Amino acid sequence: MTRMVRTAALVGVLALAVSGCGGVGGDGDEGGGTATEGTLSTMGFGLSDEIATTRVDAFRRDNPGVDLKITEGGFDEQQFLSAVASGNPPDLVYMDRKLIGTYARRGSIQPLTDCVDKQDIDMGQYRPAAKEQVTLDGAVYGVPEFSSVRVVYLNEALLRQEGLTPADVDLADWAGLPALNARLATVSGGRLSRIGIDPKIPEFLPMWAKANGVDMLSADGTKANLDDPRLVEALTTGIKLIQDQAGWGRFKSFRDTFDFFGAQNPLAKNQIVAWPMEEWFLNQAAKNTPKAELVVRPFVDRQGRPVTLSSGLAWVVPKGAKNPDAACAFMKKVTATDTWVAAAKARADARRAAGQPFTGVYTGNVTADQRIFDELYQPTGNRRFDDAVATIRSVQDAAFAMPASPAGAEFDKAWTDAVNRVLSGQAQPAEALARAQQEATAALDKASK
Amino acid sequence: MATTTVPAPAGRRRRTPLARREARWAYLFLAPWIVGFLVFNAGPMIASAWLSLTEYDAINAPRYTGLDNYRELMADPMVARSLGNTVYYTVLHVPLVMAISLGLALLLKRVGRLQGFFRTVFYLPVMTPAVAVGILFLLLLNTQDGLLNRGLALVGIEGPSWTTDPDWVMPGIVLMGLWSLGSTVIIYLAALQNVPRDLYEAASIDGAGGWARFRHVTLPMISGALFFTLIVNTISSLQMFTEVYTMYFGNRQTQGAFNSDAASFYVIHLFQEAFQFLHMGFASAMAWLLFVIILIITLVQVKLGNRFVYYEGDQP
Repeated sequence: MTRMVRTAALVGVLALAVSGCGGVGGDGDEGGGTATEGTLSTMGFGLSDEIATTRVDAFRRDNPGVDLKITEGGFDEQQFLSAVASGNPPDLVYMDRKLIGTYARRGSIQPLTDCVDKQDIDMGQYRPAAKEQVTLDGAVYGVPEFSSVRVVYLNEALLRQEGLTPADVDLADWAGLPALNARLATVSGGRLSRIGIDPKIPEFLPMWAKANGVDMLSADGTKANLDDPRLVEALTTGIKLIQDQAGWGRFKSFRDTFDFFGAQNPLAKNQIVAWPMEEWFLNQAAKNTPKAELVVRPFVDRQGRPVTLSSGLAWVVPKGAKNPDAACAFMKKVTATDTWVAAAKARADARRAAGQPFTGVYTGNVTADQRIFDELYQPTGNRRFDDAVATIRSVQDAAFAMPASPAGAEFDKAWTDAVNRVLSGQAQPAEALARAQQEATAALDKASK
Repeated sequence: MATTTVPAPAGRRRRTPLARREARWAYLFLAPWIVGFLVFNAGPMIASAWLSLTEYDAINAPRYTGLDNYRELMADPMVARSLGNTVYYTVLHVPLVMAISLGLALLLKRVGRLQGFFRTVFYLPVMTPAVAVGILFLLLLNTQDGLLNRGLALVGIEGPSWTTDPDWVMPGIVLMGLWSLGSTVIIYLAALQNVPRDLYEAASIDGAGGWARFRHVTLPMISGALFFTLIVNTISSLQMFTEVYTMYFGNRQTQGAFNSDAASFYVIHLFQEAFQFLHMGFASAMAWLLFVIILIITLVQVKLGNRFVYYEGDQP
C-alpha cells in the first residue's frame, strides 16, 4: 500500500467515528542537512523554563547553520503517528521513556547505534534505570533527559500532634501500616478531612511490588508477573489503606481537590500526613511553603532498604526523520554534562533572584548531577530542605524503572485496569490481577512475535 | 380516426439550453464539496474498510488477515462492554435532552422581550470547549466537595460517588451531557415560532385545552424538528468521546490514576486501540461496526419517523 493510502487510512479510522480528535501533520519543512546545517524540527517539547531555554540556546550557539524549529506542546501519540505514517515526521520527538519500547518494536523510531558512535555519546554517563528504559533488545533508541524519582513526604507537625515522629512512620512494616494509618487519618461522619497514608496506587504499584520483592515485568519487557502472590499482597495492602479512609470514592474526591503547585498545597493546609511522590514536589514546597514542617524519607522495601521508581522523558528520532545528524547533535548537546550544568546555573540564579531556595536539578546524567551538586548547590540553610535534597540524591542509585516493552501501553492498561476494578469494588485483588495477567500476556506475546 | 396527443414522460423531456446551462453551473458550484467528500470522506472510508481486513500498526505495511479483526472484535469483552455503555448512555441521554430542551423552548417562547437574552444564555454552554466541560464536571461531580452533592446535602440527601462508583458513573456522564443541550433548545424554539397561530386559535374555538393544543397542534407541527434532533443526538451520543476521555482517560491527573470500565465508551476504546496500542486494523473494524450500527439505527428511525413526522408541503 502506498504511503498516501496509508495516510488516508489513518484519517479514515477516526473519520468514521470520531469528530474533533484533531490531527496535525509535520510542518512540511524539508530538512536534509548534516550535523551543522539544515532544518531541525521537534515535537513534544517546549521552552517553558530556563532549563529548556539555556540548553536550546547552547545548541543554537554551537550550530548556527541549523534552523531549529520547536513546535511547542506535549507529546501527542495521534499527532506523532500521523506524522510518521505520512512520511513527514519531525526530526526529534520528546516523549515519555515508557513509550519507547512499543514504538521501537514497531519501527516508528530509529535505533541510535550510529548516532551514538558518530557523535561519540558516552552512554555510560546516563543513569542505569533511565538507560534501561530507552534500550530494547540491546539497541539504544533514546537519549534520557531528567530522572524523576519517588520519595516519601511527611508532615512533621501533624505527626507531632499525634505524638509521633518521622521515625514512627515505618513503611517497611506492612502489618503495622493500617493501625498507623487509622491514627493519622481524620474521618468524621463518613467524611475524610485528612489523609493519613496515601499509597498512591495505581500509579506507584510497581514500587510497592518492588518493595515486596517482585518485578511486575521481566527485565526484557516480554513477560508479565501480575499474578504473583507478592503483588497481590502489595495491592491488598495499598487498597486497605485507602478503603480505611472513608472508601475510594471519598478518598479520591478529597485528593482531587489538592493543588500541589501553590501556596495552598495539602502540606500547608494539613490535609495529608504521609505520601510517596515525585521529587519535584520539593521544589514546589521550597518555593511556595518554605516554612512547612516537611520531612523527606526514602520509600523502603520490607527489609527497610531504599527503593524508588524512576521515570522521565527522552529524545528519540522518528522513522523518516530528514535531518537525523542534526537531531543526533542536538540530543548530545542538550544532555551533555556542561549543558546541564549551565542550565542548572540558570535555574539557581533565577531562584536566587526571586529569593527562593535552589533545591537542585535531577537529570538522567550522573556526571552532570555530580557537578551540579558539587559546584552549584548551596545548602539552603533550612535543615529540612537540605536533608530532603540529600535524601533524593541518595535514592537515585536505588532507582529502578519499568523496562522497555514491545507492548508497554497495553501492559500498563492491563494492570491499572486491574487496580481500578479493585478500587471501585468490582473485583478482589487476586481475581483482578489474574485477569490482568491474561490480558498482559496476550498483548506481550502478540507484540513479541 | 381520432388522434390523441400523448405527452412525453417528464423524465424524457429534453432540457432546454437554459436548463442545461444551469445544471452545469450547479455542478460547478457543487464541485468543491464533491471533491472534498471524495478526498476526505469516501477515500479514507474505503481505505479503512480495506485496513479492517488487515493487521496494521500505522508504521509497517498492512498484512491481509481476512475477517480476523471482526472475529476478535466479537470476542473482545471490552468491545462489548464499551458498546453496552455507549448504548446505555444514548438511551438515557437522547430522550432526556429532547424532553428538557422542549420544556425550555416552550418556556423561552413565553419570555417575550427577554427571549434573545435567554436564547444566548442557553446557547453559551455549547460554545465551551469539550475538554473544559470534562474538567469542569470532574469538579462539579466531586463526591465530597462537588457543587451537586453539596446541593443534595442541603435537602438531606447524601450524594453518590459520581466519578468512582460504577453504578453512578454513567448517570454522572449523562448529567454532563445536558450541559450542551442549548443547540437543541434553539432548534425547538425556531420550530415553535413557526407554528401558525391560527391553528391554536382554531383548536381553542373547538374547545381544546392546553394539553390538547400541545398534543394535537404543537407536537405534529414541530415533529420535523423533533425527528431531526432525535437522529442528530443519537449519532452524536454514539460517538461520545472528548468530554469522557478528558474526565477519565486523558488528563495527567486522571491518566493512569483512575478510569473505570463503566466510563469506557466505544470510541474511546477505538481510539486506544488505534493510537495507543497501534492496532489500526482492529480499530478500523471497530469503526466499521459502529458505522453499521449507526446506519441501522438511523434507517429504523427514518422508517418509523416517516409515519409520524409532518413535513410542510406534504400532499395530504
